[in-house]
Amino acid sequence: MTTTTDAPPVPHVNRPFLLPSLYAGNARSVMERGVLATAKTNWLIVVSGFFEPVFYLLAMGIGLGSYIGAIQVPGGHSIPYAAYIAPALLAVAAMNGAVFDSTWNVFFKMNFGKLYDGMLATSLGPFDVALGEIMLALARGFVYACGFMIVMQVLGLNLAWTAILALPAVVLIAFAFASFGMGITSYMKTFQQMDWINFIMLPMFLLSATFYPLSVYPDWMQWAIQAMPLWHGVELVRSLTTGLVTSALLWHVLYFAVMVLVGMTLTTRRLKSLFLD
Amino acid sequence: MPAPVISATELTKKYKDFAAVDGISFEIASGESFGFLGPNGAGKSTTMRMIGAVSTRTAGDLSVIGLDPNQYGPEIRSQLGVVPQEDNLDTELKVRDNLIVYGRYFGLPHSYLGPKADELLEFAQLTEKAKARVDDLSGGMKRRLTIARALINNPRIMMLDEPTTGLDPQARHILWDRLFRLKERGTTLVLTTHYMDEAEQLCDRLVVIDKGTIMAEGSPASLIKQYSTREVVELRFGSDRNAAAATKLESLAERIEVLPDRILVYSDNGDAALQKAHELGLNPLTSLVRRSSLEDVFLRLTGRSLIE
Ligand SMILES: Nc1ncnc2c1ncn2[C@@H]1O[C@H](COP(=O)(O)OP(=O)(O)OP(=O)(O)O)[C@@H](O)[C@H]1O
Ligand SMILES: [Mg+2]
Repeated sequence: MTTTTDAPPVPHVNRPFLLPSLYAGNARSVMERGVLATAKTNWLIVVSGFFEPVFYLLAMGIGLGSYIGAIQVPGGHSIPYAAYIAPALLAVAAMNGAVFDSTWNVFFKMNFGKLYDGMLATSLGPFDVALGEIMLALARGFVYACGFMIVMQVLGLNLAWTAILALPAVVLIAFAFASFGMGITSYMKTFQQMDWINFIMLPMFLLSATFYPLSVYPDWMQWAIQAMPLWHGVELVRSLTTGLVTSALLWHVLYFAVMVLVGMTLTTRRLKSLFLD
Repeated sequence: MPAPVISATELTKKYKDFAAVDGISFEIASGESFGFLGPNGAGKSTTMRMIGAVSTRTAGDLSVIGLDPNQYGPEIRSQLGVVPQEDNLDTELKVRDNLIVYGRYFGLPHSYLGPKADELLEFAQLTEKAKARVDDLSGGMKRRLTIARALINNPRIMMLDEPTTGLDPQARHILWDRLFRLKERGTTLVLTTHYMDEAEQLCDRLVVIDKGTIMAEGSPASLIKQYSTREVVELRFGSDRNAAAATKLESLAERIEVLPDRILVYSDNGDAALQKAHELGLNPLTSLVRRSSLEDVFLRLTGRSLIE
């Protein structure tokens, strides 16, 4: 046997400029692993995640919407009810997908599997693991968003060309929720603590100007809701699909950018202290 | 001795106030196979994790392939093959996918990983199980898969934390054989064990550690020579007569150890010592003359037996 001629490739680590000992520039492998594992075990959850907002849209937008008719939006325009809630449902779908992937999924891996132990014994750093898991959540969110946009297009609910920009917006929203969600999850030890996530998600879903304008609330409640991330997501996507674009968009984008930054920092730090103590 | 691939000076790991590893120093040469031998809680795994750049030292110096693990974790880990004490295989993936995906974590290309995975499955005698679920493997098979997985990146150093604990004798011998082949190919082996026979089989050199400190260092043969006699006679008199017999035996050997169930008589000539015991009128229920082992070294150094 001649083994000297074809020397096996030796793993080579590019030392990145940022976070050199925490990042090896190989988040993609973590994402690949997730795709492979999901394809074999969790695909039903993935599929059901797509239909959930579609059912909401049909039931509330088309069904309930036929009683409600048009709805007044700021600037004096009025749009059909279905076109009003569809972008909100899109933002909610992005949030839900990202949160599921980055919280429950990650919670199980951290507390019941030894997956991250194994990953961090390779040349991967904690930042690769965090980024890889989050990119997986994004990829899923993106696929959902594309599917839902097609449904919206078919139903004639995309009112402006700017609707196409809702796709990157959804990815940004998912990125923010996923990184923040994973950061929070890394601190959780028990199922009871995980229930807090649902406790926050449900009211956020129902109240964030999803089904009716914020103006129905008293002032103090409007402020509280505007502090929540989902409201920013709903406003961002809605203004893009309806074409009522204002400079307020930039604030929403900034809000999510900060969330991404905080979430990624939290997650990387926490993974380092948990698995590279 | 070739330049060391791992060197530690006063290496220390503290958890709060408790020193799990308490200022140990050692050097491991390239191609050497080096063992950490010690009882439960000695600090073996903690040391391995610091070398493997997955645990940060509290004090002291450590260099692995010439790099400081605090700064160069990914670079160091890329050259290591790690077999942790507890298997952490990916249970959501099939056996062969475990190898491929792990190789991807090192950034290796699919074109290389496919054939390499098949070669390693062969090496670990798991070819038939390529498509099986990890949970369906036996303990020994999982261990072999973990070792195969650790080899996917052609590591310069293999870190094996109790590679054969919990395996039956046959499975242990298969594993030893595989590790021996790696050693022949020039891979540096670093392993922990609390099995004497394993240390004697696999290690060129070892340190005996207890309570986070190094008690002795050397090759298995030299340690036995230094801390024990050539042979040992094991005598059992029954638990109530052991003490009485012990006082009589003291005169006829260099050293004796009284354990709860038996007396160990250390002598360079075991048969002669046994003969003398009979002449003293001592009639043990059973007697056994054997060669001295690392177990005897450990007993001498700590006053305790290794596996409690
Ligand atoms: N994360 C931790 N936090 C606190 N104490 C720890 C931690 N890890 C290990 N220890 C303590 O450090 C000591 C050494 O542990 P270690 O796992 O290194 O022992 P070991 O020699 O590998 O033992 P064993 O043969 O049982 O595997 C033990 O007393 C253990 O309780
Ligand atoms: Mg251990």
